Parts: sequence; structure tokens; C-alpha cells
Amino acid sequence: MDASSLQFNEIWSNYDQKKSKPSELARALLSKIKASQHGAFLTVCEDRAMEQAKRLDQILEKEGKVPREKFPLFGIPMGIKDALTIEGVRTTCASKILENYVPPYTATSVKRLEDAGVITLGKLNMDEFAMGGSNENSAFGPVKHPTHLDRVPGGSSGGSATAVGAGLCAAALGSDTGGSIRLPAHFSGITGMKPTYGTVSRFGLVAFASSLDQVGPMAHSAEDCARILEVMAGHDPLDSTSLNQKAPKNLCGTGSGSLKGLRIGIPKQYFSKGISSEVSQSVQAAIQKFESLGAVQVPVDLPHTEYAVAVYYVVAVCEASSNLARFDGIRYGVRSDRARELSDLDAYYREVRSLFGAEVKRRIILGTFALSSGYYDAYYKRACQVRRLIRDDFTNAFQECDLILGPVSPGTAFKLGEKISDPLTMYLNDILTIPVNLAGLPALSVPCGKDSQGLPIGLQMIAAPFQDERLLATADAFQKGMPS
Amino acid sequence: MNAAQEFEAVIGLEVHVQLATDSKLFCGCSTKPSDSVNRNVCPICAGHPGTLPVLNEKVAEYAVRAGLATGCTINPKSQFARKNYFYPDLPKGYQISQFENPICENGFLEIETGSEKKKVAIQRIHIEEDAGKSVHADGYSMVNLNRAAVPLVEIVSGPDMRSSAEAGAYLRGLYAIVTYLGICEGNLQQGNFRCDANVSVMPKGSSKFGTRTEIKNVNSFRFVEKAIDYEIARQIQVIRSGGKIIQETRLYDSDKNITSSMRSKEESHDYRYFPDPDLMRIQLSEAFIQKVKASLPELPEQKRGRYVSQYGLTPYDAGVLTQTKSMAQFFDHAVELAKDSSLAKGITNIITGTLARLLNDSELDVSQSKVTPKHVADLAQLIQGQVISSTGAKAALNQAWKTGESVESIVDSLGLKQVSDLSSLEPAIDQIIAANPKQAEEFRAGKDKLLGFFVGQVMKATGGKANPAMLGELVKKKLSGG
Repeated sequence: MDASSLQFNEIWSNYDQKKSKPSELARALLSKIKASQHGAFLTVCEDRAMEQAKRLDQILEKEGKVPREKFPLFGIPMGIKDALTIEGVRTTCASKILENYVPPYTATSVKRLEDAGVITLGKLNMDEFAMGGSNENSAFGPVKHPTHLDRVPGGSSGGSATAVGAGLCAAALGSDTGGSIRLPAHFSGITGMKPTYGTVSRFGLVAFASSLDQVGPMAHSAEDCARILEVMAGHDPLDSTSLNQKAPKNLCGTGSGSLKGLRIGIPKQYFSKGISSEVSQSVQAAIQKFESLGAVQVPVDLPHTEYAVAVYYVVAVCEASSNLARFDGIRYGVRSDRARELSDLDAYYREVRSLFGAEVKRRIILGTFALSSGYYDAYYKRACQVRRLIRDDFTNAFQECDLILGPVSPGTAFKLGEKISDPLTMYLNDILTIPVNLAGLPALSVPCGKDSQGLPIGLQMIAAPFQDERLLATADAFQKGMPS
Repeated sequence: MNAAQEFEAVIGLEVHVQLATDSKLFCGCSTKPSDSVNRNVCPICAGHPGTLPVLNEKVAEYAVRAGLATGCTINPKSQFARKNYFYPDLPKGYQISQFENPICENGFLEIETGSEKKKVAIQRIHIEEDAGKSVHADGYSMVNLNRAAVPLVEIVSGPDMRSSAEAGAYLRGLYAIVTYLGICEGNLQQGNFRCDANVSVMPKGSSKFGTRTEIKNVNSFRFVEKAIDYEIARQIQVIRSGGKIIQETRLYDSDKNITSSMRSKEESHDYRYFPDPDLMRIQLSEAFIQKVKASLPELPEQKRGRYVSQYGLTPYDAGVLTQTKSMAQFFDHAVELAKDSSLAKGITNIITGTLARLLNDSELDVSQSKVTPKHVADLAQLIQGQVISSTGAKAALNQAWKTGESVESIVDSLGLKQVSDLSSLEPAIDQIIAANPKQAEEFRAGKDKLLGFFVGQVMKATGGKANPAMLGELVKKKLSGG
């Protein structure tokens, strides 16, 4: 079973033609997961998945063919990033501190997928609390690149990227705070999308940076991402920041092959000297492809791009320092038996919170510092002001163009351990993905080529707020117009 | 020079008012107190990973009510902030509160002490969630989250009060308002209305405040007053003996009537406030604010005015009747039942006299007593109709307090009806006149005051059942030789 046979159309056509059924596909993938050396899964939900699949078998038998009206994701086997909760299934965020945590409720996004017929194969590895860009920050070991096992898949949704890229599931959910879906999609050669902030409910997504986090789909094609988004999107009364508007519909099959008149904005700041020449060439080739499909290139200016990393590493760490305060071992998670009484409280906290990994501790300390009395104005408040300028940059740019195109990251998948001791270089990897989160925009990464070592390169496409539909449709058209 | 002449106290109060909503501030859990530990708890108020707060809109409405009733400006846009600190009873590691842009600002409350009126500034009213409760037993500390995320408003006064009496008047006034508004159930024992007091002293006439201390979480008006008095005296003594006041948080021990240091400013938390990214700003339309305004009930001050002008009550009596919402409701209900507003004074006398004493002695609220507005209305009617005497009414009320039975049956069983057919009393009158010939002689010689003496003697002899006015007439006639 190669990865391409896990496209949704392929799966459904197999179900329709009785070549396969949900339980057979699930069983095949579960044994493939067991044999896999990638470290993509933290928890495999074998019994739960088989139960779901057998129920779907019965429905399929009864209906004769895939009932996509009722179950728009019928029998699609997926993996879920371990930052999303499923009732009764261990959810760790790849952290020791939640090693034993079994949530009492299911995330809205996951619930909607399962209601639509998704088979949940398991929970996917990630950087601890989604903090990292290489998936080397997992407390349970790194995830390996789907095709180059000595390399990283990108992070923080590295388990999701590898699970899809290595054909362990048809699609996966990731979360994107500063590029955590797009970067691993780019490194791993799959399609991954971060929707407009507020499109997908965050209820049940363990928060890293609340004003930036967004759940999104990762799959083999923009079309499949669209199908997943369609099901997940839409207002959730349990999330105050979820948009109160209609979910995008009919995202699929809109790729007409022609992109006539589409104005594609090319920001010069995204092609500056740090970008590797192979990435740059590949992206340029993709832009030409767009032009050949009828699009028109326009130069756009995003003058505040250079401040994005600094702004992000203030806003994100401030929010994180507060979001992660709840992990104190009092109500759930790993406990300390050192202390029984309030008088020993400090010892209790010290022991429990020492379970965080180094990167998480670093960010909690940075955020705590930046929010401290006397520093708030200089850091958090200032960062929020500059964040507004970055958002204004995009607003202005989208006066001139319909979509912005550029690279996802300066380079391709690097070797495991290569950059782990250099957090600053690692942070700079995110320079081209972070502005999108700061502005709350929809963006995705679609494969557009490979470097000389055969490592995938992704093209980043960015749209104006709420243009998720158009973004996916365009990516679909691009993908279908690409010679494979 | 004594302390009061030499020093002046400066007091500001922060009051936490628990709002009487059915559900918690950010989830659907009940706010009702429960005997079972951790019963009203869900993943959201227990701070489980991935959960998010959603505002209970009733809370915003209640906060706006409080603001409108205290002359505040209602901010059309206000926002929630996180107050970060670690404590086991704080599930998320931060309390959702308001910091910049609270929902209400710049109001005031008028207080009265003795004959003096004074406006105390209300700097701000903001919404926040309560914490849970730590419980200590068997060598363990445990946490009960029933109260976690129950909605509160914090009402912050200016440093405008100069004595514990003013602080007490402010608290009682504020308490009356929030209970009248129906936004707080007002159960002091359950901590529905808690107060932190900031106290400092300065040389009299100075415009520069001294260093303040904060007395935490006192939940009775009397204890707040005593704690403030203690703290003022303590600070004066420290200064007089050449010491310096340290800015710190102090706890009041009501058994010993002292305050003692809890933590100093250096040990105090840096709360690292920042806007909560999980919640949208609260946006209030002018139409909404006007709607809330129109729905406000009659407030204590308005009620006091009406009682004076409509029923001719004294300002003092009107003040007693309006001190709590339940008392005013009791009074209004009694007047309504009496169907005669001229009975209002009689009803007032019964409430502020016998009933107030009974309530005071038992420390009960009027709503908790067996005496109903019907009892009081009936008694007032009987007194006015001269069917029973006020002495009889007192006895009847005492009985109703104990048993709750109807006035009619009490009057019957205790035989309180006044005797209006006085012919049966004539022998007793004759006997008393005969037994006091000297006084009878003096009365006839013009010492009118002695009539009271004779009436009293007859009353005593006949068990107080006689109608005093009619009895007076009869005794007068007899003495005059009729």
C-alpha cells in the first residue's frame, strides 16, 4: 500500500467496488504502524479504531456504497496530533508531565471528524507542547522523516507529517502556532493547511499560544485537506474565539486547471539571502507554473517581516507561560508523592514541573520574564503593537493581489541532532511561517519539488482572512496541473 | 494630645460580591453550595488541558446593574485579563479577572454616619472568577473546586473613609444595594459578600497618606469595623513609638480581635496581568445598558425617601426598614396586606420594636423567622381597632415568633382581647378607689395626673385586658362621683 493509494477518492472507490472495507484498511494500517520505525505514533488506538471500522463495515454493507452524504469522511483512517484530546485516550502532548493523562472529553475538531466517519488510528508524536520545529523535542523520542530516516520531519506536527508521508494513515490533524503544520508538510512532502484563526474550534486543543494556535488538516492533497476542513470548520459554542460564520462548503473538485487572472503576490522579503538556492529555484518554478495556468505575478511589500520572529517569541512565550501554569500535578497528570500538605507546596511544584523538557522550560521562563511587572510594556505590549503592523502589511498586500506565494522555510529537512543545540537557528526556521499566525491568515504548504538529495520542497500559499476556500481551490488547481 | 486628635485614618475597601447566577462564570456548572465535595465541577472549571472559557452573559448584565446602581460609567468595551499565580485551589494557574478596562468605573456611594452624609468614590467594578477551597485534614491538604469559577464582582472604593463607622456604613449600604438588585444572595456566612480593607494613618490634616496595610477577607460587618479599629490603633502605636508601618497583608483573628502579618510586599505576587486571549472583549450596546437601567428595582435610597413621604415615617425608621432587602420586602408586604396605608406607622412600630429585638437577639434575618408580614399586619389592625392593647400585641408577637400560629388563634388562646364592656370591671374600680382614699381626694381636688395611677392599678388588677381609653373615661367618671 503506497501513500498515493491513501487518497480519499482511491479509498472510497475501493470501498464502492468492494475491493476493500473500512476494517480491512484499518487493520492493514495498524500492522504497518506497528512495524514502522518512524516513531510517529505515541498511542495506537487499536481496539477503538477496529470498533469504529467494523461499525462502518456494517453501514457500508447496508448502503451498498459509501454514504458520503451522511458521512463525508466515511472510513478515512486518520491520526490525531497528541495535542488534541479524545475521551478515554491518553493525551500527552509528548510531555512527561502528562504521561498518564486520560482526558474526560473529546476535542470538538476530532468529534466532528469521527461523527463524519473518520477512523482514529492513534495519537501522533510532536514537539513537547508543540514547541519546536524539528520534532526532536518530544519527551518520548524524535520522529523520523518519512523517507529519510536520518532526518527530521519538521515540527511541531512531525508525527502527523510522517504518518501521512510514510503512508501510515490517509490524513492527520496537526496544529499550527508558528508554522507547525506547514513546516513539517514542506519537509515531509505532503500538503498541510493552517486555516484562518477561528475557523476550527480550539476546544480540546491543548493550548500553547492561544491567540496563534489553529488546528488544521495534513493529507496527500489539497483536495483531501479541503474535505477535512469542511467537516471541522464552523462555529463552536465552546470556543469564544471560534468564528460565528458559516463553514466553508464545496471546497472539493473546484480545481479547474485554469487560474486565469489570479493575481499572485510575490513579497521580496520572502526571497532574501537566507533562503537556500534550491528552495528558491523550486518556488520560482512553481510561480512560473502558476503563470502558465493563467495567473499574473505582482510584487508586494511586507516591510515588517523582519520583526515577526521577535514579536512571535514574545507573544507566544508570554501566552505559553500562562497556559502551561495549569500543569501542577494537583488535579491530573503526574503527581509527586513528596508532599502532602500546603507547607510543602514549593517542593511539590518543583518536582512536578521539573518534568517539562528543556525547550518548554526555556519558553516558560522567557514568557514569565516578559510579563513581569516593569517589563510588560517593553515586551508584550510592544510586541502586540508590532503584531498589528505585520497584520496591516498583509491587509495592504491583499489590496494588490489575491494570494501570496513564497517558500515555507529557508531550507529542507535537516539531519537529526544537527540544530538541536542551537535554538536561535531553529527559531529562524520559522521566519516565513510566523507572520501568517501573527496575522491570523489561512496558509498552506503544497509540494512543489525536491532538492538535489531528493528532499521535498513545499510552496507556501497565503490568502486573506476567510479566503480558506479560495486558497484550497487554488492549491487544488495547482496540484492537479502539476506534472506528478 | 490623644490619638484621635493627632491622627487621621484612611480606609479603602475592596468588596467581593458573589453573583447569584445559576451557572458558573465560564461553564455550565451549578453555583449552588453543595455538601458533596467536588460535585459542581467539569473539565472546564477544573482547568483540564484544552478547555476554554465561554462567558456567562448573565454575569455581564449583573455587573452592569451594580454599576448603574452606584452611578458608574459603563464601559461599552471591557476585557478580561489573566492574573497569574500558583495555588492548588486555582485550577488554571491563573484567575480570569479584569485589569485594564473593567466593566464599570467612577461611581460613588452615599453613606450616612450620625447626621453626616458623605460620598465615597467607587473606583471600579470588575468581573472575576472565584477560586476553589483548600481543605486540611488527616495530614493532607485537599482541594474542593465547587466554588472555583463562581462569578464575582470586585467593587473597589476610593481611599475615602476616615473611620470604622464610615467603613461599616459603606459596607451596609453596598450590601443593601447588591441584595436589592437581586445580583447577590447576601449570605455572609457562605462568603457571598467578602471584604478586604486597606488601612493607613496620617497626621491629622496631612494630605499625604501613610503606608497602608491590607486586611484580608473579613466576612462580617462588625468584624470589619473591629479589625479596622484594631489596625488603626496598632499603626498609631507603631508610629508613636518611633516605628515604621510596613506595607503588608494582614489577617484578622476575630477570637482574639487582633490582626497579624500574613505576608509582606516583598513576598507578594507579581501577577503578570495580560489580556486573556481565550475571551473576546465584552461589548455592550447603549440599548442594552438602557434596558438594564429600565429594569433596575427601587433601591434603598429611593425606598427610604418614599417611606418618609408616603407613610410619614421618620428617616430613622425608614432607614431601619430599608437596611436589608428582605426587611423592606417584609414591610411592603405587610402594608399591602393591611390594605390601609394609615397602618404603616403601626406596622413600623411593631417591626422596629419587638420584631427587631427578636431578630437581633437570635441573629436571624427576617426571612428566616416564623413571623410573617400577615402576623404584623393583623396585629397592627387589631391595635388600631383597639381590639388588643400594644402590650397584648407584644405578647402575641412573642408567641408567633415561637410557634408561627395565626394572630387570631394566639389572641384567642392567650385571651388578649380587650374588654370593651366595662360593666364587669366596675367592682374592681370601686374597690381600688376605696383602697386609695387619699389619692381619690387629691384627684378630685384637681390633681388630674393621678388618673393614670388609677387606670394602671385597674389594668394590673384585671390583667391588662381593658381598653385603656375607655377605662380612663370610666375611672374618671367614678372618681368624680358618678
